[in-house]
This record gives sequence, C-alpha cells and structure tokens, in this order.
Amino acid sequence: MSDSVNSRGAISIRNLTKIYDPDGVNVMAVDNCSLEIAAGEVCMIVGPSGCGKTTLLNGIAGFHSVTEGEIYLDDELLCGPSKPKAEQGADRMVVFQHGALFPWKTLAENVAYGPMVQGVLKKNEALEKAGHMLAEAGLGDVGHKYPGEVSSGMARRAEIVRALINDPKVLLLDEPYRAMDSLTKSIMHEALLEVYDRTKVTIFFITHDLEEAIFLGDRVAIMTTRPATIKKIVDVKIPRPRSYETLSSEEFRKLVDETKEAVHEEAIKAFEAGERELA
Amino acid sequence: MADVAQSTNVGTVPVKRSKLMKKLQNKSLWRGVVALVGFVLFWEVCSQKLYMGVDVPWIGKIPPPTEVYDEWKKIFFWPGYWESFYLSTARVFAGFAMAQLIGIPFGLLLAINRYFRDIFFPPFEVLRPIPPLAWVPASIVFWPTTEMSIAFVTFLGAFFTIVINVLGGARNIDVQYLRAAKSMGATQWDLFTKVILPGTLPSIFTGAAVGMGITWEVVLAGEMLSGGGQQGGGGLGFFIWSSYMGGTVAQVIVGMISIGIAGYLSSSFIRYIGVVSMPWRRLF
Ligand SMILES: Nc1ncnc2c1ncn2[C@@H]1O[C@H](COP(=O)(O)OP(=O)(O)OP(=O)(O)O)[C@@H](O)[C@H]1O
Ligand SMILES: [Mg+2]
Repeated sequence: MSDSVNSRGAISIRNLTKIYDPDGVNVMAVDNCSLEIAAGEVCMIVGPSGCGKTTLLNGIAGFHSVTEGEIYLDDELLCGPSKPKAEQGADRMVVFQHGALFPWKTLAENVAYGPMVQGVLKKNEALEKAGHMLAEAGLGDVGHKYPGEVSSGMARRAEIVRALINDPKVLLLDEPYRAMDSLTKSIMHEALLEVYDRTKVTIFFITHDLEEAIFLGDRVAIMTTRPATIKKIVDVKIPRPRSYETLSSEEFRKLVDETKEAVHEEAIKAFEAGERELA
Repeated sequence: MADVAQSTNVGTVPVKRSKLMKKLQNKSLWRGVVALVGFVLFWEVCSQKLYMGVDVPWIGKIPPPTEVYDEWKKIFFWPGYWESFYLSTARVFAGFAMAQLIGIPFGLLLAINRYFRDIFFPPFEVLRPIPPLAWVPASIVFWPTTEMSIAFVTFLGAFFTIVINVLGGARNIDVQYLRAAKSMGATQWDLFTKVILPGTLPSIFTGAAVGMGITWEVVLAGEMLSGGGQQGGGGLGFFIWSSYMGGTVAQVIVGMISIGIAGYLSSSFIRYIGVVSMPWRRLF
C-alpha cells in the first residue's frame, strides 16, 4: 500500500531454493524463487496444491532451513548460505492452517503467552492486556473459555490476536480460513481487514480461495506447480477500505478471472505431471 | 449451555438445580444402576437350586448373592478382612506411586532427549515384553523380603505402561504448538513446562488408568504366590487364596467383589484427579 503508515516488515525473498532431504528422496519444493513484499503490504500467495507455498512460509518463519538463496526482513538477513535456518521470532508470527491455540490454555491465557514468556509483562498485566485486545476483536466475553469451547471462527480470531499482541512486523497466515463456511469466512475477512487497517502489519497470506485473495490482497502472487517459483503477480488496485460491494464490482471479477486462468494453467500442468509420474 | 436454555424462559426465575439433583437426573447413571441390579437378580435366579434338581450350567455352581451377602456380613467384622483390604491397597498405591514418580520423568526424558533415548530405549524395549509375573522368582532372589519383591514386581507392572504412554504422548504433541510457542519467545524450559507437560497430561492419565489396573492384577497375583504374611494379613489376594483352600466359595466371591470395589474406587480416584488437573478437557 502506498499510503502505508508502516515502514517495517518488508520481506525480500531472493533466488530461494528448497530441496527436502537432498541425500534421500530429494524433493525440490521451491526453485529459484524471488519475491519482494513491501512493508505494510498484504501479499496473497496462491498456487496448485503441493506446489511449495507452505515451504516458503516455513522458510520465512524459520521452521526449516533453506537450500539456496536468501530471505531478508527489513534488510536484516533471516536466512541465507551462512545461516540456512532463520531463527524463529516474535517479529514473524504465524497463524497456522489447522489452528495452534494451546488447548490447555484459555483464550486469554493463550494471548497473554507471548508477553509472559518474553518477560515483557507480568502474568496479571499480560492477562489484562490480553483481555483488552480480545475485547477489541469482539471476543471480550469468551476470554475465559478454552479453545475447544468456542467456534473455529472465534478460535482463529483469537489466534490472530495472540499473534498481534507480540507486535509482529509480519503476519504469516497459512490457509487460516480453509474449511470455513462462507458466512464465517466473510466475518473473518472483515475482522482481518479491520486489524490490518488499524496496524498496517505486513501480511503474507496463503490461500486456495481466489476471491479471498483478490478481496484481501494488495498483490496476489501466483506460484507455478512444484518446484514453485512466481508465475505471475496480479496487482489489486481496488481502494481500501474494501467492503462487500467490492465483490460484485466489474474490476473485482476481472481480477478474479485473470488469477483463475493463471492458477488453472498451473493446476493442469500439475495434474499432467502427476499422470506422467503414475504412468 | 444449560444455563442459556433455562434463562430463555422469560419471566420465570431460573431454578438452579443442585449438583446432586443433576446427578440423579442423569440417564447414564440410571442405566448403570438398572444394569447392576439386573445382573444381581439374574445371578440370584440362576444360582437357586430349584430347577428339578438340575443346576443352571456354570452359574448354578456358585452361591447366590444372598448367600454371599450373608457371608460378607460375617466377614465384615473380621479384622483380618480389613487388614487385607488395607495391605493390598497400600501395596497398590506404593507401587503405583513409585512407577509414576520414576516413569513420568523417564518417559519425558526419552521423548525430549535423543541421547537418552538412544541409550535407554533399547534395553527398555527388551525388558518391556516380559510380563510382570515372570519377574516374581527373580525378584524373590534379588530382594531380601517378600514385601519388597511384591513391591518391585508391582512397580514394574505399572512402570512400562506409564513410560510407553508418556513417551507416545509427548512425541505426538503437534509440532505446531512447539513452533507457535517458540515463535512467541519460549525458552527450552518454557517449552517443556508449558507445552510438552500439559500436552502430555492426557497420555499420563491414560497410562495411569491402565497402570492402575495392571498394578491391582500384579499385587493380587503376587499375594497369592507369596502366600501372605501372618494369618489373614496377606492382602486380598491371599484372602481369596486362603478362602479357596480352607473357606467357602461365598468367601471367595466376597474377596472378588472386594477387589472389584477397590479397583473401581482406585480408577475413580484417577479419573477425578484427571478431571481436576485438565480443566480444558471438561468441556460442555
Ligand atoms: N518434509 C518434507 N519432506 C519431503 N517432501 C516434503 C516435505 N514437506 C513437504 N514436501 C513436499 O514439498 C512439496 C511442497 O509442499 P508444501 O507443503 O510447501 O506445499 P503447499 O503448496 O503448501 O501445498 P498445499 O496447498 O497442499 O498446502 C509437496 O510436494 C510436498 O509433498
Ligand atoms: Mg500448505
């Protein structure tokens, strides 16, 4: 976003390659992939199943090493040849595909966890702050509940709050709203956009839902079938704040179609490659 | 949930049902009671010798519940009976507590430390398939007193199950919890105390429940094998054995039911601790 008030959280992925188990099964998941994400940008990642989206995210988050290339966060090297695995840190908070709130902690305790273990707040201060932040997200009256007691939508929103309390530079989301019904999803989108408008945190968001990608994103990076690299970047110039009227606009439909076409092309390639492998 | 349903009755004061009332209105409880009563009635009817002098097969050979009850009323005032009860329970809990005390840290260490696992897992796996009772003779040779050898065998019975459960539970913790905690700045110690430990608790309690069952089995078998200590003071296992040798079948059945009750109380105790220490599993 050009009007971004945030000057931190720029991600630079340079010639990144990731080979799983190079001495064994040797799966090349990402091949010489480069992507620049500006500070405060919402960058959506789409691509065929199994192409390497999560692999890319794991590299940024520091969940595994990269084979070649570098990733920078605000000109600070996260990982590269000298340091194949990025250190995990609260500057890059991940919201997981299947949700990873600790089931044994209440929502408020989950949210308070980061500041507590980092030692920046005492337990009661952290819980108080967590309560405020949950209330801001419309979860004020479920803070005392366990994740298993609330809906998946509430849990996912709480997870985003848990990430935000750490004041991250980047939010990394891996298909967070997969398997949600469309109504819940639209509530989630509204909540996320509200968070984004307030914090202007950089967002790296993996999805299979192309309408979601266009609706939320500043840019949509379409990845090729495995090994992944960037096939095409679609700029979404629809102004913010966006509302549900956006969904029916001519411009929106055109962008969705453009993205669909590119993804479809890759999906067919992936399918044919699969057929060849089987044959 | 129930509170919401109640408060929708606009105008009426929501009546808070007492805990006891709630329990009494629980259908599962009633099904359980009916099943138990039905079982006793069935036993009573089948074990009467009224069928033209012919016994109902198998069940006709055992005394009816009324006779067992009469026997139990007598036994109830024997100090030896209560002493047996006490001795077995004490042995079970001592062995069980030792197994937990050593088994939980051992299982956790196996789970989190590769070197520890490399060294201790192979011998553990070789010893694990040996049934506890196969340890009895060797145990009697190792240990100076019978009491100590029973304790040792009891400990072993629960130990292996507990360790396997703790190990499995800790290794099965979703890696995403660890990743999330680490991203938020958790140290190794935080990971251990705030993720691995609570994440393993459900398995610790599964292990405890199974381990408790095995402990009872082993204690009773040990008591039967060892022949007990002083007269009537050898525990419930010895109580059953001596009833079989010198008493009545009704007395044997009293011993069996006593064990059933003791086992039930022990596992209820573990369930209770589990519910209290894992509030997040007490949903709805
Ligand atoms: N640990 C691993 N070892 C070997 N291969 C792996 C490993 N993890 C992932 N892969 C392979 O790497 C490829 C990319 O996986 P990745 O999870 O990044 O895909 P994805 O784009 O996130 O897929 P999806 O859309 O299904 O989530 C897949 O073919 C996968 O099978
Ligand atoms: Mg994925």
